[in-house]
Amino acid sequence: MSARGSTTRRTEIGLSILLFIAFVGGWEAAVRVFAVPAIVVPAPSAVMRALVAGLASGELVTHFWVTFAEVILGFVAGAGCGFAIGVMVGLFPLLERTVYPYVVAFQTLPKVAIAPIIVIWFGYGMTSKVVITATIAFFPVLANTIVGLRAVPREQVELMVAFTASRWQVFMMARLPQALPYVFVGLDIAIVLSVIGAIVGEFVGAQAGLGYLILQRNFHMDMAGVFAILIILSLMGIGLHLLVNAIQRRVVFWIDGAHDKVMGA
Amino acid sequence: MTLGQAARLIDARGIDKTYATQAGDDVVALARVSFDVARGEFVTVVGPSGCGKSTLLKILAGILRRSSGELTLGGRPVDGPSRDIGVVFQAPVLLPWRTVMQNVLLPIDIQRQPRRAHEERARALVRMVGLDGFEDKYPGELSGGMQQRVGIARALVHDPSLLLMDEPFGALDAMTRESMNLELLRIWGESRKTVMLVTHSIPEAVFLADRVIVMSPRPGRISEIIDVDLPRPRSLEMINSAPFGVHVAAIRRHFQSLGALDA
Repeated sequence: MSARGSTTRRTEIGLSILLFIAFVGGWEAAVRVFAVPAIVVPAPSAVMRALVAGLASGELVTHFWVTFAEVILGFVAGAGCGFAIGVMVGLFPLLERTVYPYVVAFQTLPKVAIAPIIVIWFGYGMTSKVVITATIAFFPVLANTIVGLRAVPREQVELMVAFTASRWQVFMMARLPQALPYVFVGLDIAIVLSVIGAIVGEFVGAQAGLGYLILQRNFHMDMAGVFAILIILSLMGIGLHLLVNAIQRRVVFWIDGAHDKVMGA
Repeated sequence: MTLGQAARLIDARGIDKTYATQAGDDVVALARVSFDVARGEFVTVVGPSGCGKSTLLKILAGILRRSSGELTLGGRPVDGPSRDIGVVFQAPVLLPWRTVMQNVLLPIDIQRQPRRAHEERARALVRMVGLDGFEDKYPGELSGGMQQRVGIARALVHDPSLLLMDEPFGALDAMTRESMNLELLRIWGESRKTVMLVTHSIPEAVFLADRVIVMSPRPGRISEIIDVDLPRPRSLEMINSAPFGVHVAAIRRHFQSLGALDA
């Protein structure tokens, strides 16, 4: 990156932080000046106190790990199935015409609507949440894998065939690696959706997790406590998104910065 | 020109290629194409777009099936891709996650041969195409001309007898193109391969070739095969020489008489 570019970036980060400070400060001031009741909108300072108290008592930590485990397990299961089926569809075009329509039909079902059924089937424990998360994480990875496997230029395939490559060799040497940037776009979408999936599952029926805790605190009108959980959830989402991006940069290292921006958009 | 059995590498007799369109009718891409190419010869194919010259090259490469006709490579009928052929297309189509060396070694990987046994040859080829020091760079770090050089080294790494090139320099600017032409002639001189190169540039076709196959469109067929008697090694000054101009003018007149003025 050029010196000019890094200076611009620093200015942007500085502005971004300033905006955050102004927003939180304005919020705090507004709550105090207009004496907004804490059960409507809590002051940022109250949210921070609830956050610290929740972390100190270990309550937030315990529930965090439950939700985090559901997100990771569901993501791995859903993304894994999505990738595997995407690869099968890429290998056998017949599947795309026979199986894929049903996959799309399943995707059009709102997962929130089937969540209660999944809870009945898999119980109030972690399993049902993992399943719900997996059904949500599945599709973006599947769709992007299928598109990615088609992204190989025709000339590339012709060239490899001219060098006596088999269908399998073309797949392994060209189509699969060429699909990886697309797969990562799917993974990035899926990881963020996975957090939503776990929370939705916990709303429907759970005995632990941050979504469960949100319902509990909402019930007790502990708004500052709910906001504290929201902070943890968004940090979880951002953290996982950054993790996927870091792995992406490692794996699909040949995609340059300009391309990266489009893909991350 | 007729050749003895031993000297002949390619023998094509009455090649036809007909495509079925979506509308259901047939399009004749090639009609009764016959020619032969001697071992070590440099033959160029020139013609306007739509004359089927790329189709012809793909049939020779064994990646496209001919509708009818006899085609042999080294005496054996062509019924699919051969390990004895190296191809270069207009786009370099390098694999962006492979380094220059790894891209050059692609045919070796495809033929499931050990890379180590061919690494030295690959290195020598990378040097021969003038990319010394770029062995471990990725295609994204190279210019278009450099990428095409990698493609040429890749086409030679498995030591094929025949090099098939489909407008290999068509995407390059005029100056890079001239220097690539010279370089290709040098590589050809060093490796003694048989080269068949398709182009739509008449001067390029004349400059490179021992013989120029002139094609005309709709349906694609050979209208003339011209012997180029310019001395070798060739230099860029020859482009301004009278014999060169005579050949170019003859081919151009030929296309004009066909109404293919865009050529």
